[in-house]
Amino acid sequence: MTLDITNVETIIDRHGKDEKALIQAMLAVQEEFHYLPEEALKLLSEKLSVPMIRIYQVAAFYKVFSLDPRGKHIITVCKGTACHVRGSNMLVDQVDRVLKIRPGETTQDLEFTLEEVNCLGCCAIGPVMTVDNKYYGNMSVSKVERMINKYIEKEVVAND
Amino acid sequence: MTETFTAVDLETRRKKILSERDESKPCIMVCGGTGCLALESDLVAEALRKAIQDQGVDAKVELKTTGCPGFCEQGPLLVVHPEKIFYTHVKAKDAKEIISETIVNGKIVERLLYTDPITGKKILHENEVPFYKEQTRILLKNSGIIDPEKIEDYLAVDGYKAISKALLEMTPEQVLEEVKKANLRGRGGAGFPAAIKWELCRKVESDQRYIVCNADEGDPGAFQDRGIIEGNPHSILEGMLLGAYAMGASKGYIYIRHEYPLAVKMIKKAIVQARDLGLLGDNILSTDFSFDIEVQLGAGAFVCGEETALLASIEGRVGEPRTRPPYPAESGLWGKPTNINNTKTWAWVPHIITNGADWFAGIGNDKNRGTTIFSVVGKVNNTGLVEVPMGISLRHLIEHIGGGVPKGKKIKAVQTGGPSGGCIPERLFDLSVDYDSLKEAGSIMGSGGLIVMDEDTCMVDVARYFLDFCKFESCGKCSACREGVRRMYEIVDYITRGYGEEGDIEFLEELAQSIKIGSLCGLGQTAPNPVLTTIRYFREEYEAHIRDKQCPAGVCKSLILFEIVVDNCPGCTLCAKYCPVEAISGEKGKPHVIDESICIRCGVCRDVCNFNAVVVR
Repeated sequence: MTLDITNVETIIDRHGKDEKALIQAMLAVQEEFHYLPEEALKLLSEKLSVPMIRIYQVAAFYKVFSLDPRGKHIITVCKGTACHVRGSNMLVDQVDRVLKIRPGETTQDLEFTLEEVNCLGCCAIGPVMTVDNKYYGNMSVSKVERMINKYIEKEVVAND
Repeated sequence: MTETFTAVDLETRRKKILSERDESKPCIMVCGGTGCLALESDLVAEALRKAIQDQGVDAKVELKTTGCPGFCEQGPLLVVHPEKIFYTHVKAKDAKEIISETIVNGKIVERLLYTDPITGKKILHENEVPFYKEQTRILLKNSGIIDPEKIEDYLAVDGYKAISKALLEMTPEQVLEEVKKANLRGRGGAGFPAAIKWELCRKVESDQRYIVCNADEGDPGAFQDRGIIEGNPHSILEGMLLGAYAMGASKGYIYIRHEYPLAVKMIKKAIVQARDLGLLGDNILSTDFSFDIEVQLGAGAFVCGEETALLASIEGRVGEPRTRPPYPAESGLWGKPTNINNTKTWAWVPHIITNGADWFAGIGNDKNRGTTIFSVVGKVNNTGLVEVPMGISLRHLIEHIGGGVPKGKKIKAVQTGGPSGGCIPERLFDLSVDYDSLKEAGSIMGSGGLIVMDEDTCMVDVARYFLDFCKFESCGKCSACREGVRRMYEIVDYITRGYGEEGDIEFLEELAQSIKIGSLCGLGQTAPNPVLTTIRYFREEYEAHIRDKQCPAGVCKSLILFEIVVDNCPGCTLCAKYCPVEAISGEKGKPHVIDESICIRCGVCRDVCNFNAVVVR
């Protein structure tokens, strides 16, 4: 994967060049690439004058950050209490059945990553899943495959 | 905007906005909160816009996207003003009919009306729905009425009047005195009086003071902060302005979860609008008072809801709590005096300054004043955001506003306060909901999540769930929390798997005490609460798991078996199709059978069965 460093420079310019901006800039990098590429972190380290060890400490501490490449589509299953009592565990198992990935894993073709989140705050319509920030409320095991297929089909259309 | 924008200009602006509005003109308000958006309310709004154009009624009706009115279960929600006709579960395909019938012909689209689950009757107007009727909506009053993306809408409901009043007529001391007199207790969960913190922060000599809005709403099952920020972001800004004025702070931070993208968008937009109008920045309303706000996103760490961890995170470091004292009021952000309050606490301030402390004291009970917002979720009919006076009984809240438990099931308990709280059994439901009573019952108010659990919920599994949460979220600094919670989880997990032994319960209780004593911050100190309250009120369920190796609620996988009731099974083959391990067999049209030796007890068959044929034994 070739990395377009110019975007990272823009991100740094937007968030300012001091330590305070570190987490905010890392969030923006993660948003851009879906993970934290090493080249981007090195640039952050240099421009913000923060040692790499501190950056890795932050990356390891906060759950949103990933140091490994993730899929093109991020599937998130909410495991908040309200979703839990409405059976969100079964949704995770169903994604596993369809895509053969457990939470934290990415499909081999780098298309999908499965994640869990502690609460998305849509508790009233739980269990909730999201794909790339699109929310799916009142989910059930039987709807999972159809939801995933929407994203697979999109790819096919896009490639044609 | 201009440096000469004064309080008088603000009033002129407000009058102009109001004079341009026609209250009798029909206005369709579509909920654009995260809940309704997940149910595609954006498509509904789009379809309505198109229908309005197609039918040429642009001049007759206005269309507005609002924040969350709270009744997410019934979403997408739509209210037609001025009559307040309340439509629920609206789909894009209903748009044409809503315009042609309701707007053009003045007729009601019956099928979209809300049906009361108790009486079975259709209800026409929003304010007649029991879910709303029984509430006292003050903080949530304008969510669902104003467009959160328009500062004009906030001005139209007397927005920024409180800060204008404070800057013109009150000294900072008087603002602080009013909040003190109101005895506003912090809405973050512990209920510490806000004005005492403010006073501490104000008294410390410093060239710079900071204030922070804690919108890191990490408690699973709570979303009231999200609701307020998405629905009425300017109310938070105004509250912070008043606090900054009272404390002499010049900079504020709003720390908000990145998991709330819509709320982040709304608050950022509101800040830009307020700056443009001269309500944030230098010389606000042409006075000597200057204050600005910055948004900082959380990166998914529950512990950052703790104030010292939150401050570390704003400074760009890992969110580990530190020892107190010094309290943030003395040494907070970058060593400067800092005051942190919850989103809802800030949202209260403008109301108190506008209406006075005496008005505030008239709501709720003496020690617990004002209202509180609960997110009523779980196994309950009417889920959503509910604002009620402090001191209301749990039973009233769940039965009258929540509409009881669905499918005729028996209610078992409610869980309040998230991972720091506890489970309260049905027999204590006459308890009044306030900081002190809930604490006495072993739970806490917390940030206001209220999760209803019915007979199908296993309390040992609930305890296991919260331990799993805290184990995952522990920052690792204190060994009592890091290791202790992990050990508690292992013990409870063993119990749910049928390996529990006599003495486990007592050991859990002992371990819980050690963790409480040995942890620095609230996360560790309260992590054992869900276990302690479930042992206190549902000891027999633990005993059933340990002694009889049974899960009375039929949840814990290792202790249950799934079975197909022959009489109910029409042989539709759906369960066999979904079974991941091919444990179900049978011919089409004939009752199916589950092979216990293959079954992994995932429950998919029960989930997909339309005939209630799959039961737990």
